[in-house]
Amino acid sequence: MGTRVRDRLGSRTAWARFRRNRAARASAVALVVLTGVCLATLPLSVKWYNVQELSQAVRHAPSAGPVVPAASFGAGPDDATRSPWRRAAHRSVSWLGHDDLGRSLLYRLMPGFLISLAVGLAAALMAVVLGTMWGATAALAGGRIDLLMMRVVDVLYGLPYILSVILLKIALTRPLATLLGGHTRTAELIILILAIGGVSWLTMARVIRGQVLFLRASLYIEAARAAGGGSLYILRRHLLPNLIGPIVVYATLVVPQAILQESFLSFLGVGVQPPQATWGSLAADGVRLLNPVRFDWWLVVFPCAALSVTLLALNFVGDGLRDALDVRGKPMSRQRLDASRTSRPQC
Amino acid sequence: MIRLLARRLLAGMATILCIYALTFAMVVSLPGNPFQQADRSMPPEVEQALRARYSMDNNWRYFREFLAGAVQLDFGPTFTYADWTCNQIIAEALPVSVLIGLLAMLIAVQVGVPVGVYSAVRRDRWFDVTTLAFVLLGISLPTFVTGTALLTVFAVYLQIAPVGGWGTMAHLPLPALTLSLPFTAYIARLTRIGMLDVLGSDFIRTARAKGLAPRVVVWKHALRVAFLPVLSFLGPATAQAMTGSFVVEKVFGVPGLGQHFVNAALNLDAGLIMSTVLVFATMLVAFNLLVDVLYAWLDPRIVGAV
Repeated sequence: MGTRVRDRLGSRTAWARFRRNRAARASAVALVVLTGVCLATLPLSVKWYNVQELSQAVRHAPSAGPVVPAASFGAGPDDATRSPWRRAAHRSVSWLGHDDLGRSLLYRLMPGFLISLAVGLAAALMAVVLGTMWGATAALAGGRIDLLMMRVVDVLYGLPYILSVILLKIALTRPLATLLGGHTRTAELIILILAIGGVSWLTMARVIRGQVLFLRASLYIEAARAAGGGSLYILRRHLLPNLIGPIVVYATLVVPQAILQESFLSFLGVGVQPPQATWGSLAADGVRLLNPVRFDWWLVVFPCAALSVTLLALNFVGDGLRDALDVRGKPMSRQRLDASRTSRPQC
Repeated sequence: MIRLLARRLLAGMATILCIYALTFAMVVSLPGNPFQQADRSMPPEVEQALRARYSMDNNWRYFREFLAGAVQLDFGPTFTYADWTCNQIIAEALPVSVLIGLLAMLIAVQVGVPVGVYSAVRRDRWFDVTTLAFVLLGISLPTFVTGTALLTVFAVYLQIAPVGGWGTMAHLPLPALTLSLPFTAYIARLTRIGMLDVLGSDFIRTARAKGLAPRVVVWKHALRVAFLPVLSFLGPATAQAMTGSFVVEKVFGVPGLGQHFVNAALNLDAGLIMSTVLVFATMLVAFNLLVDVLYAWLDPRIVGAV
């Protein structure tokens, strides 16, 4: 026996396939680098993201050096004696321009990405946990329970999305803030994540249910049962490994959707509350500041470009994973119908 | 077929009722109410009298009376707009949204389906790759960005469209185009995936082998099957497009229904919240029913299966 085959889930082949996909690989690398940069600059961002320079004329265009030579951004009379890193950081403040309150756009964008990403990942996690359990339970229980559980999904799906998010936010923010001991901003962020996650598990539940139903009816499960496998054994050994593909794929697709949804909520003014910012809220702010008299292009172009490139990259990664894990196998035709019925673009 | 439809209709009505009950429960359990505004306080007796006037002092009575009214298409008063009833607001705003939504869905199907088919037929060639990028852009750009971009180009620079507002035919294309973009992208994507599946199947090979023109094979035989997932997407999508989009309405200054979903929720306007939800739920159920009929027509096996 030369080679030991320990790749039960096919994860190695999938990984090789994923790496061959140039767009997906480049996107994944870009996202990792971006996250790294944002994390590395986090200590500075936390200090500077809300520094306002109202003394100067506001909304400075991007420039290579600092246009607001202010002590608050780390510059000072002893600038020459500072470390080169420190001076470089100070210069970078104006790279992407300043907003209407004189805040550095770059240092609002960088922590904003982390919040956006956190919203996306948390929503995906909720979708995975809730959606998978709901869908799998419905499919395994069958009969009336299945019918009832899927009716619940139908009904929740029939609620207008924006409305349920707003109502959830109104209902839960104050109780949670009291629970957290007055940290209203943290409470609002948690509610936002819960609200977005609370509406994105529905598609996942349907997809997983369809997949489990399909798998349960397939011949090799029947064979395993005929060979005397218990239901727990079948679940662990045959069902779960085959569910990982669709779970991973749909979870990856939930992330960009959640980030996009947060941007819509920010546009409505119920997203992340200022001075906190996400890529969506910065894009929405830039669009809101547009007027025919002053065209501050950098406040629109940079956040919108950042948002769309990130979403594009996340979608590429999701598509790449789908191709790599070959979720588009035979069970997909049924799944696709389920998914197409519950997926809806935000607008 | 009739039995299938009847069953779906009943299930749909039950769904609407459940959605109504759920919304009602959310609305009455919210802290605050439309009579309590932050900057004005009213004597508790007056508030009590107002609540009694609108049956809001007794949840169960309110539940029944609103439902009874809604069945007779009378949604009662709003609590935020002076001199308007919910009926008047819906009558004013819904046609606007339906018009824009209908046009948007027409654009989405007319553009999305051919694009999806072509990119599946020319898989991995430059057309496929280019459209894939555009499709992903359509999915990942928020409408407030695309809408503003269209507005800037067509209304501000080229000046061939009005900057916003409503009333003439010229106000129609830009909002409809903006609203159609995400739907177009979804439809193109669904069509492409569906076509890729179908083009590899046996009956397509048979059709090719018996010498049918490639055009006929693709557009008649394959598309008929590949269109099914698009069709089931179209049900909820049309309902959503036709009940308006807050963002599009805000960007273009269109008096549609979408803004009322948001404003009603932000104002805690119980009557208007439930009216808009009922309109949306009814549209959703109606279009899903229509999709079921079309589905059974395209794929007769479904009648026996369900």
